[in-house]
Amino acid sequence: MKPVHVRGEGRFAAFLLLPAAIVVFGVVLYPVLKTLLMSFYKVDSAMPGSYPFAGLSNYTKVFSDPSFYPVLGHTAYFTIVSTAAELVLGMGVALLLNAPLRFKWVWRSLVVLPWALPTIVNGALWRWIDNGQYGVLNQLLGTEIQWLGSPFLALNMVIVADVWKNTSIVAFFLLAGLQTIPAELREAAVMDGASTWRSFWQIVVPLLKPSIAVVLVLRTIEAFKVFDIVYVMTGGGPASGTQTVAFYTYLQAFSNQLFGYGAALAYMIVIAVGALAMFYLRLLRQNQLAGV
Amino acid sequence: MRKFQYAMCGLLAVVVLAPFSWLVISSISPADDLAGGSLWPSHPTFSRYADIFTSGPDGIAGTFRVSMVNSLVVASATTLISLVVGCLGGYAFARLRFRFRRTTLFAFLAIYMLPPIALVIPLYLALANLALLDTQLGLILTYCSIVTPFCLWTMSNFFMSLPSELEDAARVDGCSRMGALFRIVLPLARPGIVATAMFGFLLSWDEFLYSLIFTSTSNSKTIPVAIAEFTGKFSSDFGLVAAGGVLAALPPVLLALLFQRYIVNGLTGAVKG
Repeated sequence: MKPVHVRGEGRFAAFLLLPAAIVVFGVVLYPVLKTLLMSFYKVDSAMPGSYPFAGLSNYTKVFSDPSFYPVLGHTAYFTIVSTAAELVLGMGVALLLNAPLRFKWVWRSLVVLPWALPTIVNGALWRWIDNGQYGVLNQLLGTEIQWLGSPFLALNMVIVADVWKNTSIVAFFLLAGLQTIPAELREAAVMDGASTWRSFWQIVVPLLKPSIAVVLVLRTIEAFKVFDIVYVMTGGGPASGTQTVAFYTYLQAFSNQLFGYGAALAYMIVIAVGALAMFYLRLLRQNQLAGV
Repeated sequence: MRKFQYAMCGLLAVVVLAPFSWLVISSISPADDLAGGSLWPSHPTFSRYADIFTSGPDGIAGTFRVSMVNSLVVASATTLISLVVGCLGGYAFARLRFRFRRTTLFAFLAIYMLPPIALVIPLYLALANLALLDTQLGLILTYCSIVTPFCLWTMSNFFMSLPSELEDAARVDGCSRMGALFRIVLPLARPGIVATAMFGFLLSWDEFLYSLIFTSTSNSKTIPVAIAEFTGKFSSDFGLVAAGGVLAALPPVLLALLFQRYIVNGLTGAVKG
């Protein structure tokens, strides 16, 4: 269908969109541009004033900063492991919720719970569970492990907490996709002698591909922005072992007062997230065209 | 197969409920039990909850209460404003044809995906200039800029899923566009509005970074910031933080349980576009 631009509709649309535009761009436009500007200056305090122009040096500094590469590594590890775990577990939960079981609302309510728990409460709770001295995890396992005491183990424990909470939302996304697959399709395959396992791989997974792709992109975007759970569980430690890109940016800007450098780091995240968001929009378009 | 599925449901229940129960148990266990490592409180106590509800606003318990109220005010106002402007704008995206429709929609969506860390420094300075630091209004304004794009997006998807025949009929009968929107479309869209309101409320209730930087006192400090603040300070007596956590979890958990049937429908739009 070729879009027809009716003058009256355009005006009415502008009228309807104006409040939202004021609420959103009125707040966001100035900081977006200001941060961009700041990333080209050597701003090293929160005070307003004139700071020397730095060109691209804040950006080149990112790549020559020796502490940035481990941070990038943690972020990549966090993103890949948590997203993969959430996808596999979320798929299991979604299949379970889609199955014709009794007390369906009970199982669904269970899955809602971790999703609704505020991220900070979740982080505080897992910090307490993982506590080396009083933590319930050690009591249950009969061990004396400092779960948050060594860098790599702590990073994995943060991932456990994140997966426990966010598997729910992945499951709901996949369930939304699963519900569009006609049950007859799977039943027919089973009639034809296909095992459950085979019908899953040959019918469900291909049909769910659009949903899976969307979930992967959205979760990756979230993982790039992950800040609060790290802040409350480990504070980035021990030995900076759980610092993610967003957390490192926060430290540079607010602990070290390197606002120019922080702004450049923030824009690196914006570029990464922007690329992923474009990818997400393309997926949506494909899904729309494919009619799924 | 059925047996296996029910077994997995049982496993799911244990994995989900164990950490939750530990939060609740910790909140009613006396400090000695928490430090001594007992799994069940010898003498359950609700004194921490009583402290939170009754003590003065200066102590930790009082801070939790005041922060809860701040969070309720900020999240409710944010949800209400975002929902109203989001419904109006979402309708425009769903039903009207105008120039730069796609571009405008993507601009809103891009704002939603922007990491808050990229905006927080200049926003802090701007709020300071406007004397809006450490105020509920400052937080509400900031949160609306995140929650509104989300409401726009989900409401526009929802409006698109509604048949347009009823509207057309009302228009033929002489109803104005605005009249059709308020009398026909919005009542039909009630499930979508409820779902969007719930998501919006949870989004603002959960927000952390802006509140951490913009608030400093009981004027506007929200509950996530209060909990984060006291989590680090008490490594052995987690009880009070646990009680605060239970209370902080109540509004979003109750809302989500109440409206759970809308969650999956609400997400369908994010997959299908």
